[in-house]
Amino acid sequence: MLLIASLLAHSSLADIIKVGDGHPYSSVKEGLEAAAPFDTVLLADQTFYEINLRIEKPLTLTGTHQSIIDGELQDEILVIAADSVVVSGITIQNVGYSFIKDRAGIRVEEKDYAIIENCRLFNTFFGIYLQKSNHTIVRGNLIEGSDGSTETYTGNAIHLWYCEEALIEDNITRFHRDGIYLEFVNHSQVNRNVSFRNIRYGLHFMFSNHDDYTGNTFEDNGSGVAVMFSKWINMRHNKFINNWGSASFGLLLKEIYDGELSNNLFEDNTTAIHAEGANRILITQNIIRNNGWALKIMGNCFDNRITKNNFMGNNFNVATNSRQTMDTYEANYWDDYSGYDLDEDGFGDVPHRPVKLFAYIVERVPISIVMLRSLFIEMINVAEYIIPSLTPENLADSIPVLEPYQL
Amino acid sequence: MNKILKYGFLDLIRSNWLILYTAFYLIVSVGVLMANGDISKSVISLLNVIIILIPLIATLYGIIYYYNSRDYVEMLLAQPITRKSIFMGQFLGLSLSLSTSFVVGTLIPFVFFGVFRSAYLMHFLFLLIAGVFLTFIFCGLSYLLGLANDNKLKGFGLAILLWLFFAIVYDGVVVISLVKYEDYPLEKFTMLSTLINPIDLSRVFIMLKFDTAALFGYTGALFNKFFGSSLGVIVSVAALSLWSIIPTWLIVRTANKKDF
Amino acid sequence: MIRFEELSKSFGKLVVLDKVSATIPKGKIVAVLGPNGSGKTTLIKSLMGMVKPNAGQMYIGEQQINGQSNYRGTIDYLPQISRHPQNLTARELITMLEDIREQKGDARLFVDLFDLESHLDKHLHNLSGGTMQKVSIMLSLMFKNDILILDEPTNGLDPVAIIRLKDYLDEERKAGKTIIFTTHIIPLVEEIADEIIFLLEGHIYFQGSVSTLLSKENETNLERAIANVLLKTTSHE
Repeated sequence: MLLIASLLAHSSLADIIKVGDGHPYSSVKEGLEAAAPFDTVLLADQTFYEINLRIEKPLTLTGTHQSIIDGELQDEILVIAADSVVVSGITIQNVGYSFIKDRAGIRVEEKDYAIIENCRLFNTFFGIYLQKSNHTIVRGNLIEGSDGSTETYTGNAIHLWYCEEALIEDNITRFHRDGIYLEFVNHSQVNRNVSFRNIRYGLHFMFSNHDDYTGNTFEDNGSGVAVMFSKWINMRHNKFINNWGSASFGLLLKEIYDGELSNNLFEDNTTAIHAEGANRILITQNIIRNNGWALKIMGNCFDNRITKNNFMGNNFNVATNSRQTMDTYEANYWDDYSGYDLDEDGFGDVPHRPVKLFAYIVERVPISIVMLRSLFIEMINVAEYIIPSLTPENLADSIPVLEPYQL
Repeated sequence: MNKILKYGFLDLIRSNWLILYTAFYLIVSVGVLMANGDISKSVISLLNVIIILIPLIATLYGIIYYYNSRDYVEMLLAQPITRKSIFMGQFLGLSLSLSTSFVVGTLIPFVFFGVFRSAYLMHFLFLLIAGVFLTFIFCGLSYLLGLANDNKLKGFGLAILLWLFFAIVYDGVVVISLVKYEDYPLEKFTMLSTLINPIDLSRVFIMLKFDTAALFGYTGALFNKFFGSSLGVIVSVAALSLWSIIPTWLIVRTANKKDF
Repeated sequence: MIRFEELSKSFGKLVVLDKVSATIPKGKIVAVLGPNGSGKTTLIKSLMGMVKPNAGQMYIGEQQINGQSNYRGTIDYLPQISRHPQNLTARELITMLEDIREQKGDARLFVDLFDLESHLDKHLHNLSGGTMQKVSIMLSLMFKNDILILDEPTNGLDPVAIIRLKDYLDEERKAGKTIIFTTHIIPLVEEIADEIIFLLEGHIYFQGSVSTLLSKENETNLERAIANVLLKTTSHE
C-alpha cells in the first residue's frame, strides 16, 4: 500500500516538494536532491542559510519573497546546472565578494531555457549570471547591490556571457557595477528594465550583435549605456536621464556598426551621446535636451545619419575633434538655429552649422570649458558661424526645421 | 562719511539715469521670465546680461559721476570732514544706488514669479550677490580712474578700455594661451586666471549653483574640488571681496594725496 | 590770526608757491592779488587743505592745520567755481550742510540779502548763473564763522548784489572777522581791503595796506600801481 502510494507520488508528472520547518525537507539542498525532474520545490516563508546549491534537474524552484536563501556573505548561492530550470518569486541575499571568482546570487552554467523571474536579490556580489546559456528569460526581478559600495566590491546585477536569444525584461537593478552587462551576446532582447544608481553603466554591451533594447530607463548611473564593439544593435524608446557626473554620458557608442537609435529621450546628462568609431547608425526622432553636450561625435565616425531629432537646451549641441565629417545631418530641430524660413515650408532656408567654435576649443583643451558664457566666447562663436575656419565646414544640417518635432 | 553717503545716494537715486537703469532691469527680468517661463533658465539668461552690462554701466556711470561731482566734492573739501569720509561716502553712495537699482529691478519680477517658493532661490541670490559685487568693483575701479586723471577725455577712454579689457580682451588672451599651451598642465593657470578677473569670477560664481558646474569638474581634480564643494563659494566670495576692497583702499589713498 | 611759514608747492616742474611766509591779522580784510597763475588760488586751497603743500606750515591761531580737517569748521569758504548736487534744492543743501558741519546756519540773512526766497525749492540745475552764485555765497557764508575765505566772490553777480555783498563784508569786519578774498576787480579792493598780499611767480611781492603800495609805486591809482608792478616784472625778463 505504502509502496504503491509512493510510486504514484513519484510517477506523477509534477510533484510539489515543500521545504522548510515542519515540512519533509528542512533545507533547500535536501529539497533539490529529493526532487525529480519537472517537480516544483516550494520554499516556505523562512530564511535558509545555505550556499552552493546546484540545480541539476529541470525543475522549478519557487516560494514567496519571504522565502529567503541567505549566503551569509560566503560563496555563491544558486547554480543552475540543467536545462529548463525555473526559479521564481524567491529572495536571495548576501553573497560575499571575491577577487578570484565571479560569485553570483543565481548562476546559469552553460545550460539553456532557464527562466528566472520575480525574484529579489539583495547584496549579492553578482546578481544573475548567465554563462554560455541560450534562450534564457530573466524577467521581473529586483536586484540590489549594497548601497555605498565601490566598484571594486560589487559585480553586475545581470551578467550575460556568450549567450544567444536571451530575453531580459522588466527588471529593476541598482547599486551594482553595471545594471545589465552583455558580452558576446547575440539575438537578444533587453526591454523595459530600469537601471538606476549603478556605479558604472546602466547597460553595457561588449562584442554583441543583433540585439535590441527598448523601453528601458537609465537614470542616475555612473553613465547610462555603453555599446562597444558591437553590430546591429537597435536602441529604441529608452530614457537616458541624469547621468550627470564629471565624466558621465547617457550613451557611449564605441566601435559599433549598423544600429538604430530612435525615439529615445536624453535629458540632463553631461554628454548625451558620445560616439567614437560609430558607423552607419541611424539616429532619429530622439529628444536630446538640457545636456552639457548633446552629441560628441569623433572624427572616426562614418556614414551616420542624424535626422529629425530635437536638440534643445544643451550647452553644446554637437562637438567634434575633426575638421571633416562623413556623417549626414538632416531636418533636425536646433534651438540655436538663427536662420529664417521665407518660403514657409517649415525648413530653414539657410543651413545650420551646429558645431560652435567653442565646442571645438573645448574638445582640444577641455579646461577651457571654464570660459563658458564669456562674452569673448560668444563673440568668436558668432564670428566662426559666419566665416567657418576651424569647425568642420561640411558638418551642417541643410534643412533644419523651425519647430521642434512632437515626439 | 554716513552723511556724504546719504546725500550722494539721495541725489543719485532721484536721477533719471538711475530710474532708467532700474526700469531696464524690470523690463529685462520680466522679459526673460516670460520667455523662459522658468526661474532657473531666467537666471542663466540674466547671467549673460549682468556680467557684461553691470561692469559696463558701473564703469561709465562711475567715471561720469566722478567728473560731474568734482565741484560738489570741492565744496565738501571745504567742510570739516576728512577726505576719507568724503570719498568713501561718494563711492559707497554711487555703488549702493546702482546696486539698489539692479536689485530692485530684478527682485520685483522674480518675487512676483515666486522665486521665494522655488527651488532656485539660492541660484537667484547668487546672481544678486555677483551683480552687487560687480557694481562695487567696477564703480570702484572707474572712480579710481577718475580720481587719477583730471583729464576727462583720458579718464573716460581709460574707463572704456578697462571694461573692454576685463569683459573681452582678458578672456581672449586666456583662451589663446590655453590653446597655445595645450600640452602643458593648465589647471592652476586657468583657475588663477579666473580668480583674477572679477567678471570671470562672477560668471563662475553664479554657475557654481547650476548643474553646469559638473561640466567644469570634468576637466581635472582641482576644478572638481573647486566646483564640487563649498570651497568654490568660499574662495569666490573671498576673491570678490578682495576685488571690492582694493579699489576702495586705493581710492582713499589716491584721494589723500591729491590736489584739488 | 592766520600764518603761513615757508609754504611751497609745485605741480610737476611748475613752482607755484616758493617758500611763502605771511601773517594775516585778525579783524582785517585782506585781498590776495596777482596775475593769473601767480598762486592765489593755490595759496587759498592750501589753507583749505584742498592742495597738499610740499613743504611749510600753516597755522590758525596757535594750531597747526596741515593735514587736519576739523579746523575747516571755523572757516566759511566760497570756492571760485562752486557747483552742488544738481538734483537737490537750495533748501535741501542748507539742511545738508548744516547736517554735515553740525552747525546751524543763518540762511535767512542771505535769502533776504539776495532775494532768494522764490528759488529755494528749485532744483539747482534750474537756476541761472547769477542766482547760483548767490546761492553759493549763502551756502558758504551762512555759518557766520570767524574766518571768511572767498575766491572771486563777485563772479556773475549783478551790481546790486555786489554792493550788498560789499556792505555785508564791511559789517563782518566790524564784527572782528578775518576776511581773505581774491578778485580781479580792483575798485572792490580799494574800497574794502585793509591789506593786500600781492603774489608774483610764487613769491609775495608785496604785503601791506593799499596806501603803502601806492606810495611804493608812486601812483595815486591802485590799478595803475598794479599795472606798474606787472610791467616791471615783465621787462625784467
